[in-house]
Amino acid sequence: MKNKTIDKKKILLSMSNIHIEGFADERWHKIIKGIDLTLYRGEILGLIGESGAGKSTLGLAAMGFARPGCRFTGGEIIFDSMKLHDMSENQKRKLWGTRIAYVAQSAAAAFNPAHKLINQTIESAVRSKIKNEEQAVKDANHLYKELQLPEPDKIGFRYPHQVSGGQLQRVMTAMAMSATPDLIIFDEPTTALDVTTQVEVLASMRHIVEQYNTAAIYITHDLSVVAQMADTIKVLRYGEEIEQSKTNEMLSHPKESYTKSLWSVRSIEKQEKTNDDIILKVDNVTAAYGSSKVLFNVDIRLPRGRTVAIVGESGSGKSTTARVITGLLPPLNGKVTFNGKTLPAALKNRSKKELQKIQMIYQMADVAMNPKQTVSEIVGRPLEFYQGMKGKVLDKKTIELLEMIELDESFMDRLPNELSGGQKQRVCIARALAAEPEIIICDEVTSALDQIVQEGILKLLMRLQKELNVSYLFITHDISTVKAISDEVVVMFQGKVVEQGSKSSIFSPPHPEYTELLLSAVPEMDPNWLNNYLNSRK
Amino acid sequence: MHPIIITVLQRLALGILTLFLVSLVIFLSLDFLPGDFGEALLGQSAREDTVAAFRKELGLDRPIMIRYFDWVGGVLTGDLGSSFSGRNASGIDRSRTVVDLVAPRLSNTLFLALTAAVIAVPLSLFLGITTALYRGSFYDRAINVTTLTTISFPEFFVGYILILILATLYPVFPSLANIEEGSPFLDRLYKIALPAMTLTLVIVAHMMRMTRAAIINLLASPYIEMARLKGASASEVILRHALPNAWAPIATVIAFNLAYLVVGVVVVEVVFVYPGIGQLMVDSVTVRDVPVVQACALIFAATYIILNLIADIIGIITNPRILHPR
Repeated sequence: MKNKTIDKKKILLSMSNIHIEGFADERWHKIIKGIDLTLYRGEILGLIGESGAGKSTLGLAAMGFARPGCRFTGGEIIFDSMKLHDMSENQKRKLWGTRIAYVAQSAAAAFNPAHKLINQTIESAVRSKIKNEEQAVKDANHLYKELQLPEPDKIGFRYPHQVSGGQLQRVMTAMAMSATPDLIIFDEPTTALDVTTQVEVLASMRHIVEQYNTAAIYITHDLSVVAQMADTIKVLRYGEEIEQSKTNEMLSHPKESYTKSLWSVRSIEKQEKTNDDIILKVDNVTAAYGSSKVLFNVDIRLPRGRTVAIVGESGSGKSTTARVITGLLPPLNGKVTFNGKTLPAALKNRSKKELQKIQMIYQMADVAMNPKQTVSEIVGRPLEFYQGMKGKVLDKKTIELLEMIELDESFMDRLPNELSGGQKQRVCIARALAAEPEIIICDEVTSALDQIVQEGILKLLMRLQKELNVSYLFITHDISTVKAISDEVVVMFQGKVVEQGSKSSIFSPPHPEYTELLLSAVPEMDPNWLNNYLNSRK
Repeated sequence: MHPIIITVLQRLALGILTLFLVSLVIFLSLDFLPGDFGEALLGQSAREDTVAAFRKELGLDRPIMIRYFDWVGGVLTGDLGSSFSGRNASGIDRSRTVVDLVAPRLSNTLFLALTAAVIAVPLSLFLGITTALYRGSFYDRAINVTTLTTISFPEFFVGYILILILATLYPVFPSLANIEEGSPFLDRLYKIALPAMTLTLVIVAHMMRMTRAAIINLLASPYIEMARLKGASASEVILRHALPNAWAPIATVIAFNLAYLVVGVVVVEVVFVYPGIGQLMVDSVTVRDVPVVQACALIFAATYIILNLIADIIGIITNPRILHPR
C-alpha cells in the first residue's frame, strides 16, 4: 500500500459549486457546471473523464486560474483558508509555483526553449525568495536525483531540446516540487509518453509526492494510470460530476452506468483466425530518411481478410513501414509484394489500380481532410478518381458509403469542422472504402479518440472486415487495442521486427526480452499494479 | 568546429557570392543603359570621331568582360576608379577619384542613418514590448494608430510637416541640414535633427509592430502559460519568456529598416538638402557618371547583404536548438 498519511482533519483545498464558461463560436458555453471538490493535505485526487469533460479546466480552477477565453461565473475556491476566488491576479501569483504548482501534459511544449532546465526549475523558488539561488540549485539537483534522472548534477545545464520526453516530464515534476508546494496539479502528465517511459515517470512522480506528502490533483483519461496514483477518484462528464469514491471502491464497484461504460470499454473480443493466403508481403526492407537508417531488414506478412497489428513505441519504425508499403518512401533494399506481384518502390511508378488497392487512414482525422471540402466531396473524390462515377450514381454510392460507416445522408454537406472526432474518423474510413481497397493501413487511427469513441470505431472496422473481407495493417502503440482487434501481431523495436506471430502466441510467454518489457509496462486496472511491477524488477 | 561557426561561414560565403552576382548585374545593366557619358558631355551634335576618341580615353572601347574584371580588381584593392565628370572636351582632366567623391557623402549618410537608428531601434523595441504587455489597452491602440499614421504618409510629407512645425512656426531646429566637413559633432547633430526625426517616424512603425506581433504570437505557447502558472508577472512573462524566442523575426525587420536608412533616404536628403550618398547617386545618374553610379550601387547592395547577414546570424545564435545541438 501507499505509505503516506492523509490528514482528514486538515482540508487543503475546498471548491464549491464551481461554474466556468468558455467563449467559442461567438458565445459563452458552460464548461464546468457546479462541481464541488475537497482535498485533504497529502491526498491525491484523480480526475477522470473523456475530452471535453472539463478536467483540465477544473484542475486549473483549483489554482484560481482560467485560461484565456474562459471565465469564472460562480463558486468558491478556498485554498488553505485563502479565498482564491476573491484574490487579484497579483495575489494569486504569489501562490503559483510556490504553494500550488502545475505539471503540464506536453513537457516538450511547456518548457521555454530559450532557457536551461535548471533556471526554469528554480525560477519560482528563487523569485519568491523561499531560498537563494545556490540552495535552490542544490535542492533541484537533489530532486533530479530522486526522480532518477541521469547525471542529476549536470542535466540541469541542458536545454529542453537536449533531453528526452520522459526526462523532460520528470524535470517538470522537479520544477513543480522545487519550492515544496502543498498542492500539485498534474494535467495528463504521462499521456504523451511511450508506455515503457510512462511507467518510469509514474513511479518517480508517485515516489516524490509520497516523500514530501504533497497533495495532488491527477488529471487523466486513462483509468489504469489513475488507479496507480490516486487515493480518491472523481469521474467527470460534460462539466458535471458523475461520482466520486475511494480508488479501490471505484474500481471494484463503480455505481453509475457511465462509469461502468468507461470501465468496460475494453470488452471487445475477437476470435483470432489465420489464413495462408498472403495478400501483402514486406520482404527484407531497409529504409532511411536521408542518411539515417530507420528500418532494418523488416519482414511482415499480411494474410487476406485478416488484421495484423504492428505494435511498438514511437521511433520504432511503425509508420515508416507504412510509408514504404504505400510507396511514399522507397526502400534502400528489399521489396513489397502485393497479391504475388512486386510493387514498384516509388509511388509515382505505381499504376492507378495498385494505388487503389492500398488505402490509408491516419491518426489525426481533422488534418487528413481538406477543411474546405464537404463530406460528400471528400468521400466522392476517390469514387470519381478510381471508378469514374458521376452525378446521381456518385451521390447514391456516397450515401451508401456513409450508411456503411453508420452516418447518413444528412452529413453530405457538412464540413469537417462540423463533425465530432469520431465522426471525422468515420468519414476518413468511408473515403478509404470508396476506393474499394483490398488493404487498409490504419496508422494509430484511434489514438486521438476517447475510449468510448474508440470502441465504436474498432467495432466498425471489424464489421467492415467481415462484410468486405478487407485486410488491415493496424499500426498502434496501444496494447489493449492490439488485443481487441488483431489476428496476428508484429512487435517492432528500433526499426527491427522483434517477432511476428498469432495474437495468442505473442501474448503468451515466453516472450523475447523487448516484448516482455513492453507488455509488462502496460498499467492494469489494479491499484497495486505499479507496486508489484516495481517489486518484480528488484 | 562548432556547427554554428560552420553555419555562419556558410552564410558569409553565400553573402559574398550574392555580392559578386550583384556586382555583375550592376555592371551589365549600367552598360546597357541608353546613351553614355561621351554623348552626355559632348552633346548630341558632337562628331562621331570625337565621341569615339573620348570613349577611348575613358577606356569604354574595350570589351565588356575586360572592363568588368578591371573594375572588380580595382574594387578589391580599394580603387573604385575615377569619376568621368571633371573632364571636358578640351582634354583637361580635373576628375577626382570615385573614392574621394563617395567617401564624404557616405560618411554623411552613415552619420544620419546611425543617428536615426540610435533613436528608432530602442524606441521601437520599447514601444513594441510595452504595447505587447498592455495589448488591447488605450496605450496600445494610441501607439498603433500614431505609428501607422506616420508610416502612411510619404516621407517628404512628414519632412515638410516637421519643417513647418519645428523650423517655421516654432524655430527650434534648422530646416536645412547642409552640414560641412569639419563642423563640430554637436553642431552636426543639431543640423540633422529634423531629417533624423523624419526617418525615425518613417521606420518606427514597421519595427515596433513586428516586435509586438512576434511577442504576442508567442504568448499562446504552452510555455508561456506555464510561466504564468509558475508565478511570473506580466513583464517577466514578456521579457524573460517571450522576448528571447522572438529575436529572429525582430532582427530581420530591424535589418530591413536599417538598410532602408542607408539606401532609401534620397527623398529625405533632397527635402533637407543633405549632402548624402543618395543625392550623389541621383546626380551621377543624370550625367551618366558611370563609375560613381557603380560605386554607389555596390555600396547599397553591400549594405543590404551585410545587414541581412547580421540578422540571419542573430536568428541563428538566438535559437538554442542550433546554438546547443543535442
